[in-house]
Amino acid sequence: MTITDQRPGYRYVGTRPVRHDGLDKVVGKARYAADLVLPGMLYGHILRSPHAHARIVAIDTAAAEAMPGVRAVITGADFPELPADDPERNTTRNLMARDKVLYEGHAIAAVAATSQRAAKAAAKAIAVTYEVLPHTLDIREAMAPGAPLLHDDVFTTGLDSEPSEPSNVANRTCYERGDIEQGFADAAVVVEGEFVTKAVHQGYIEPHACVADTGQDGKTVIWCSSQGHFRVRSQTAAMLGWDTARIKVIPAEIGGGFGGKTTIYLEPLAVALSARAGRPVKLVMSREEVFRATGPTPGSVIRLKLGAADDGKITAAKAWMAYESGAFPGPWAMLGCMCVISPYNVENFLIEGYEVVVNKPVNVAYRAPSAPMAAFAADTLVDEIARRLDMDPIELRLLNCPSAGDQAPYGPKWPRIGLRECLEAVRDSDHYRSEPAPGHGRGVASGFWFNIGEASSATVNLNENGTATVVTGSPDIGGSRASMALMAAEELGIDVYDIQPVVGDTEVVGFTDVTEGSRATFATGMAVVEACRDLKRQLCGRAAVMWDCDSDEVAWSDGQATHRAGEHEPLALAAITAEAGRTGGPLGATASLNARGAGPAFSVQVTDVSVDEETGRVTVERYTTAQDAGTAIHPDYVEGQMQGGVAQGIGWALNEEYIHDADGVMENPGFLDYRIPVASDLPMIETIIVEVPNPNHPYGVRGVGEVGIVPPIPALANAVYDATGARIRELPLSPPRVLAAITARNGDGG
Amino acid sequence: MSRTHVRCRINGDDAEFLCDAGDALLDALRDEMGLMGAKEGCGTGDCGACSILMDGRLQCSCLVFAPEAEGSSIVTVEGIADGDRLHPLQQCFLEGAALQCGVCTPGFLVAAKALLDRNPDPTETEVRYALAGNLCRCTGYDKIVRSVLAAAAVMQQGKEEAAR
Amino acid sequence: MRYAAPTSVAEAVALLGTEPNSRVFAGATDLVPQLRAGRPEPGVAIDLKKIPRLTSVAIDDGTWRIGAAAPTSDLTANEALTADVPGLVYASGLIGSDQIQNRASLGGNLCNASPAADAVPPLLVNTAQAVVAGPDGERTVPVADIPTGPGRTSLRPGEFVVEFLIDRPPPGTADAYLRLIPRTEMDIAIVGAAARITLDADGSCVAAAIALGAVAPTVITVPAASGGLIGQPIDARALAAVAAAASAAASPIDDKRGTVTYRRQVAGVLAKRAVAEAAGRARNGDGP
Repeated sequence: MTITDQRPGYRYVGTRPVRHDGLDKVVGKARYAADLVLPGMLYGHILRSPHAHARIVAIDTAAAEAMPGVRAVITGADFPELPADDPERNTTRNLMARDKVLYEGHAIAAVAATSQRAAKAAAKAIAVTYEVLPHTLDIREAMAPGAPLLHDDVFTTGLDSEPSEPSNVANRTCYERGDIEQGFADAAVVVEGEFVTKAVHQGYIEPHACVADTGQDGKTVIWCSSQGHFRVRSQTAAMLGWDTARIKVIPAEIGGGFGGKTTIYLEPLAVALSARAGRPVKLVMSREEVFRATGPTPGSVIRLKLGAADDGKITAAKAWMAYESGAFPGPWAMLGCMCVISPYNVENFLIEGYEVVVNKPVNVAYRAPSAPMAAFAADTLVDEIARRLDMDPIELRLLNCPSAGDQAPYGPKWPRIGLRECLEAVRDSDHYRSEPAPGHGRGVASGFWFNIGEASSATVNLNENGTATVVTGSPDIGGSRASMALMAAEELGIDVYDIQPVVGDTEVVGFTDVTEGSRATFATGMAVVEACRDLKRQLCGRAAVMWDCDSDEVAWSDGQATHRAGEHEPLALAAITAEAGRTGGPLGATASLNARGAGPAFSVQVTDVSVDEETGRVTVERYTTAQDAGTAIHPDYVEGQMQGGVAQGIGWALNEEYIHDADGVMENPGFLDYRIPVASDLPMIETIIVEVPNPNHPYGVRGVGEVGIVPPIPALANAVYDATGARIRELPLSPPRVLAAITARNGDGG
Repeated sequence: MSRTHVRCRINGDDAEFLCDAGDALLDALRDEMGLMGAKEGCGTGDCGACSILMDGRLQCSCLVFAPEAEGSSIVTVEGIADGDRLHPLQQCFLEGAALQCGVCTPGFLVAAKALLDRNPDPTETEVRYALAGNLCRCTGYDKIVRSVLAAAAVMQQGKEEAAR
Repeated sequence: MRYAAPTSVAEAVALLGTEPNSRVFAGATDLVPQLRAGRPEPGVAIDLKKIPRLTSVAIDDGTWRIGAAAPTSDLTANEALTADVPGLVYASGLIGSDQIQNRASLGGNLCNASPAADAVPPLLVNTAQAVVAGPDGERTVPVADIPTGPGRTSLRPGEFVVEFLIDRPPPGTADAYLRLIPRTEMDIAIVGAAARITLDADGSCVAAAIALGAVAPTVITVPAASGGLIGQPIDARALAAVAAAASAAASPIDDKRGTVTYRRQVAGVLAKRAVAEAAGRARNGDGP
């Protein structure tokens, strides 16, 4: 279902063509990074730390280097140390441990050999002497005085006074407005709680992989699975101390990322090994390595207190939010602070965030990073307010709903946003209007994500037969090529299948930022549209040459050049391209831009669950999600993003978590015990696309990739409460935890 | 160490390859036969991305020793279309937008084919349980399940038309 | 490593006897990943699936003979077997995905000696016997005697399980198996419970057996829970007693999959439900 605010009549935008890259993917021909084989290629293997925290006393690679088939061995010493203020300093120290290993799985050394077996055996033969140090995995423990210290050069920033001692707390963030004391004094209802979530992984099905081929000219070509090959180029250059001009990165098809492939793990190692061996080197992670060494999203501890007047208006919010960042600091607590109460207008608030390093892999973005944990706290407490005041949870949210001109908690005034429309869409849905089945519980939640713009480039070339090639620099992780083709078709007025959308490498297309922040269709789409509009101007000029008139006399409409005074028959695009050689040469246009005005995204979701009161198992019986897409360019893939985000949120809510043993070693580094949802765990996920166009995009696009993962956790927690009367404030809502909560409820006489 | 010589049929053609006895069939298909359709998502039989049919039975090729393929008949995703004519599952996956990143798609197609070969008219629940060994992290399974049901309907219709 | 696929029990026994560092396998669903993860390779991996006796499933003079290497999908597809031991067949069908079902076998499920093995509790309540072949010939032992601890069995060097023998249950008898997993598929049981119940014409219980998985170093039977059912109707009071006795008999551990408290609590719940389900089948004549 689609609910449209206002939409011009588009011919291609909003239709559902088969995606251009689809055929290769259903016949097994799509080429992912691990599928590439080059002549003379060597296989790499990485030696990783078995300890959560240890000093590296010595590394002896002599035995490994002497083994048959081994062509190169590298360690951290082969990479330049970056100055303390370099933004990539932590990236290089994460890439290869230097003086200390900071988590179990931290890379120590890498080998390239003539076979995978030989590489593995050689990696095993590298002797590392460790001095094991005490480790810390838990936020509260890591923040406490006397906790094992990860870094002696991290001092908490953002405090009122300069700290004298290093700390695991990297920074404090604070957002404050109004008079919080007065706000709580005005409240008729005050609710509060501490919410705890575990680290979870993005869980993309394709492990990280790359091939690097370094030539004797000192240049290298990298094929890799990433969300942004320009960032792979710049980061790899920084790690190696190379000029970026020496590095070409070719994007392979990417087998899922969800934020987890926005940084590098393998590429500089493959380049260094390849440079040393003089042969191409392939590095592919095992699933276990993916879990042990790549980015989970943070665990968190959030204490939130909300006050509301007796009419339901939220009067005050006070939040204390601590996020793990893994081995090196990140922006996670700050992002959480910016999101936590954003779906609500609150005049008085104090929100503090703390970024805490722990001995886990360095956290990386995961779909609306930091927002789901924040929503868990906020939307659980909002549900409690609704119950205390005996109000409908959607009406309560509508009452507190921000709209254009209101000031967002993190500073700016809201532009036109679609939260109200999403709330109304769910309120009016078949799902919400029907009673839950007997015994089922129902939960509602909302979620917010910023969305971003950033830099994008596109080149559109017209072919002599009237078809077009659209080259962008945005890796396609969810159908964005089809969206680019649809926007180009709409602009140029040619059939969407006459457009070939391509993801170009770092040498054929202009700089483009990572596919992240739900930005590809918004920002890169804007570049495509701009290039197409340039082309239309050129096409009018060519028509003018053909008609021997002034180009002012020509207009472009409905896919053809028309003479304003009607002195000539209109010329279709193909008629002009066929004559391009005689009218001025090939037709092509490039646009590079810094996209501004990304439209904030909101989603509102409702779910019904059943709970086995004797075992604590939760079954998701029904799920509906409404999300503001601005304009759905390709509705199939908008729905796909919405459904995928919900499924990931359900997994996070119910079962997913990093589990460590007493030594800080991850106990569940595989899909058997890191339990992402399987097909039989989920119902159909009903979608309502809400279209409140973003005025800053030529087609009204808002990013759709991320916000869908934000509401599921509180929606499910609220539904479990509705079904059982047990409030659970810690994830996952696994059978043991739910049963314990039900048992405690019974003990309370509830 | 001498390598093991294995003869079998792959996607209807006679095939032979050399392998180490401890290799997984997945590695032989990819590295020796150049059939890159089956993917390694986990290497432990938990994700189904490497699904193939071996003598008509659905298998995770990462759990099969390569020499076990001797004398068998193997079908990979590369072999499920009829020449240029896509299998109804492939067509329905395309039309139903049942793929996003596409890396799990080969395994889903093979597993879904195994299901429809055995049960041509499955319920939604049967589809979900039959595909529980195939992980997809992009789609939430919704469009995959719908596309399998759509393919079943297309195939049933095809059979009825052929019978008429 | 060498791969060998003997076609007779005698050939397999001979291979095991002459190759000191050899290992038998059926589905290899654990072996292949272990080797890929760097576990040392055996000298010879002996594939038992080419031995007809190890993959056949047949009834012979009132006794089911289930080949130790038969894929569990052959069990779930066997209607006669399902009619006789629905709980065992259901449990076999829980071992992994459809992909795994085409590889996994009862022999592997038993000999991996995981306390959480799904097929073992129903094998125990059906008092299954295992035919074991080895250098000294064949011997028949109760299945219950084979696992001795996590990953450990009582099999002697050079021995392997050939087939399982299960007497066709008497009329009025049925079994059931239930397990608790967090997802709906693809997980290892946090707790498993099997029951076999025989009812007389009046609905009174004349024989009962209950077994629990994942609550002790091996799968255990719980005579304290089943014994109390004899001579009783299977009613709410009887089920409550079963639950209490099963919980009391459980001596689980805390691990990444579950806690002591949770396993003990759910062992009782599943035991009770398995008894009710088996009794329901027995009452409806869903058994043999």
